[in-house]
Amino acid sequence: MRPRHASRDLCRAREFEAFVAGAGGRLLHAATLLTAEAPGDNPRARRLLTLALAHTYASWDRLRGEDPYDVTRQHLATRFAHGTWRRRGGLLRSRAHPESPLARLTPQERLVLVLRLHEGVAEEQTAALLGLPAERVRTVFHRAMAVLLSPPRKPAAAVGGVETVPS
Amino acid sequence: MARMNREATARRLLERPPPPVPPGLHAEAVRRGARILRRRTLVRRATWLLMLAAAVAFTVWALTVRPWVEPPSETTPPLTGW
Repeated sequence: MRPRHASRDLCRAREFEAFVAGAGGRLLHAATLLTAEAPGDNPRARRLLTLALAHTYASWDRLRGEDPYDVTRQHLATRFAHGTWRRRGGLLRSRAHPESPLARLTPQERLVLVLRLHEGVAEEQTAALLGLPAERVRTVFHRAMAVLLSPPRKPAAAVGGVETVPS
Repeated sequence: MARMNREATARRLLERPPPPVPPGLHAEAVRRGARILRRRTLVRRATWLLMLAAAVAFTVWALTVRPWVEPPSETTPPLTGW
C-alpha cells in the first residue's frame, strides 16, 4: 500500500508541476486583469491564483478527465466574485491601479470581460459559471466594452453631467 | 464587422506584457493544496468515527433498555362481575 501511495503522490506532484509551469503565466495574467493591479505589483492576484491552484492540487485525483485549466479558472472566477461581493465598495475600488486598462470597470464588468474576451469562454458557460442569466452577461459585456473602448475622460464627464442635473 | 474590430481592439488592450510568474508559486500552491487534502482526510475520519460511535451507542442503549419489549402493566384492570 505504502509504495503505491508514494508513487501516486510523486506522479501527481510531477503532473501538477508541469501544469503550473505551463498555465501559471496565463492564469496569473488573467488574475491580474481581474484585480486590475499593475503587472509588477499584484499581491491580490497572486493570492487568488495560489488559492485556486491549491484547490486544483487538492482535487487533482478526482478530476476524471476534466481540464485542470478549466477547473482552476472556474475557481479563480468564483473566488474573485465572492471576494468582491463580500467587500463591495470597501477597499477594493481604491486598489485598482490606474496603469491597468480595466481600472475604470467594476469588478463584475472585469470578470465578464476577462472570461469572454481574454479566456474565450462562451456566453452560456460564463452565465452558468457566474450564476447569472445569459442576457445579463451580454449586457454587462457590452457595457464593459463601451467603457473600455471609450476615451478616458469622456465617461467621467458624462457621469458628472447626469449627477448635476437632478440637483 | 465593426463588432469584430471592437473586440480585436479590446483584446489588444488586454494583451499587455504578462506579469512575471513569482518563483514560489508552485511550492506555495502545493503546500496549501496538501493542507486542504490533510484537512479533508481529517474531517472524513472524524465523520466516520462519529458515525461509528453513534452506532455503537445506539446498539448498547437498545440492548440495555430493550424498547421493543412491552413494559409491565402498572395498573390492574378493573375487577367487575366478581
